[in-house]
Amino acid sequence: MRGPLLFSDIDTPGLASIETYRKGGGYEAASAMVGVKPPGECIDVVKASGLRGRGGAGFPTGLKWGFVPKDSPKPRYLVCNADESEPGTFKDRELMEKNPHLLLEGMILAAWAIQAHVGYIYLRGEFEYIQQILDRAIAEARAAGFLGPAVAGRGFALEIHTHLGAGAYICGEETALLSSLEGYRGQPRLKPPFPAVEGLYACPTVVNNVETLMNVPPILKNGAPWFRQWGTEKSPGTKILSVSGPVRKPGNYEVPMGLPLSTLIEEHCGGLLGGMAIKAVIPGGSSVPLLPASKLSTGLDFESMVAAGTLLGSGGVIVIDDQTCIVDALWNITRFYEHESCGKCTPCREGTYWMSEVFERLERGEGRESDIDLLSDVSDNILGKSFCALGDAAAMPVLGAIQHFRDEFEFHVRERRCLVNRRAPGLTERQAEAVPA
Amino acid sequence: MSADTVAIGSEGPALEWPEARRAELDQALARYPNRRSAVLPVLWIAQREWGWIPPAAMQLVARTVELPEPEVFGIATFYTMFNLRPVGRHHLQVCRTLSCSLMGADRLFRHLERKLGIGHGETTPDGRFTLRRVECLAACGGAPCMQVGFDYHENLDEAKVDALLEKLP
Repeated sequence: MRGPLLFSDIDTPGLASIETYRKGGGYEAASAMVGVKPPGECIDVVKASGLRGRGGAGFPTGLKWGFVPKDSPKPRYLVCNADESEPGTFKDRELMEKNPHLLLEGMILAAWAIQAHVGYIYLRGEFEYIQQILDRAIAEARAAGFLGPAVAGRGFALEIHTHLGAGAYICGEETALLSSLEGYRGQPRLKPPFPAVEGLYACPTVVNNVETLMNVPPILKNGAPWFRQWGTEKSPGTKILSVSGPVRKPGNYEVPMGLPLSTLIEEHCGGLLGGMAIKAVIPGGSSVPLLPASKLSTGLDFESMVAAGTLLGSGGVIVIDDQTCIVDALWNITRFYEHESCGKCTPCREGTYWMSEVFERLERGEGRESDIDLLSDVSDNILGKSFCALGDAAAMPVLGAIQHFRDEFEFHVRERRCLVNRRAPGLTERQAEAVPA
Repeated sequence: MSADTVAIGSEGPALEWPEARRAELDQALARYPNRRSAVLPVLWIAQREWGWIPPAAMQLVARTVELPEPEVFGIATFYTMFNLRPVGRHHLQVCRTLSCSLMGADRLFRHLERKLGIGHGETTPDGRFTLRRVECLAACGGAPCMQVGFDYHENLDEAKVDALLEKLP
């Protein structure tokens, strides 16, 4: 068993087929709830479970569902955000590839809770093979009567469609995702109105991440107290963490919320490759500030991460070793945001470009005394002043890196070179030491 | 015209959808309450058919989803995965983002450049390979990684890439 909840049966052969999924109790929650229990009861159980969004923001799921107006004459939509594009994050890909029916069952339950009759799964363009897996699963679920005009034989209609993006990180931002789904360039919209009130086609819409929706069937089947046996009071349940970088066993790990970061890296992932030590860890995808090695005892839950000056984010844990130049690593991340900025607002579009230019200057040994403050200044002018969270995502890691590793930045200006020589490990070296997860 | 510039409009003969694509198109259009929403799926169908989106296909997509052609052009250019120029038989997309970079992606990319004699965004003269550096592919646990077309290849090194390229027709 790779994990207590979503990973308890993830490696069961054939789990992607409806027969195997049902043998393990699949679609029991949908059968028990849809057309039987009032939608409000589903929302209440999810609220009581304390489930929080697993896509990055950590917003309480039941609360989000509760924002959908009960009296709106418009149709309601459910959208699954499967755009997984946050650097360092690769959990939704494995979840959908191996257990597509759990996602569908989670969507059926969420659709019943908010009374939506159409659901879309927005996949990043590179996940074409996952679209095929999901389309097969949708056909199977339809044939078995769990989708279509009468879900589980009751008077509730639901259709779920997959929708393939085409390469744009910004489409993971929920309003940009909705723009893209409507056939526009994937640019964010002003909030409010929030999607729950005016989302897809200006109708009430709930957008939930893959992992979030997959937690719904077990919660509704086993109840809120059962779910709360894992995690902390404010961050209940488990979290799937995607670990990458030079560790012995990179991969996805499902752990109870609150597990110390050091335990994840040292025990679950077997520590770092030979001869390396940890310099810093990005705990929640490239959008969050890094943690220096001195803070590795921090718990992997929403509150502890905030207290340590960073965020749990999407759970993409990127381990940075002591042979890696922090300035170079941040330049790499900054180029990502420069490339992915949608161009709608000036602070993000221009700011990411200028930060990238300054990083390049530092790395080339042409940095100026004023460049470190210039980077802070540009970051400050992006943070909180951009149209959507992409700008914040570009600014926060830079500010964090300067805060914790200012000496490395200063070294670049003074000595016109990196403090350490980047020595990317060869795969041969890694294969020799790696133990399959 | 720079390597990244593409032209809008077509002087050539109009394209039509092959009969074999009709069912796929109808299915894509039926998934949404309006035709505009089908623009990405219909662009994908065009790319599957022609390997890229030639200007005449852009016009065909515009007619199909009932949008002005410049609007469809604006949408197609916003997303990185639509090929607005022809690509080679095998589209090698090497991740360059942090996790892959930490595990040797830069070296891997340089190896491919040397081996194929082409750089980012270029195609080999025989039309076999197009090489591109791309952003995070959500395969960070198998870094360094690349996609060949839609196929993921992970935990790569120079020898593995050489062996893979040998096998591709």
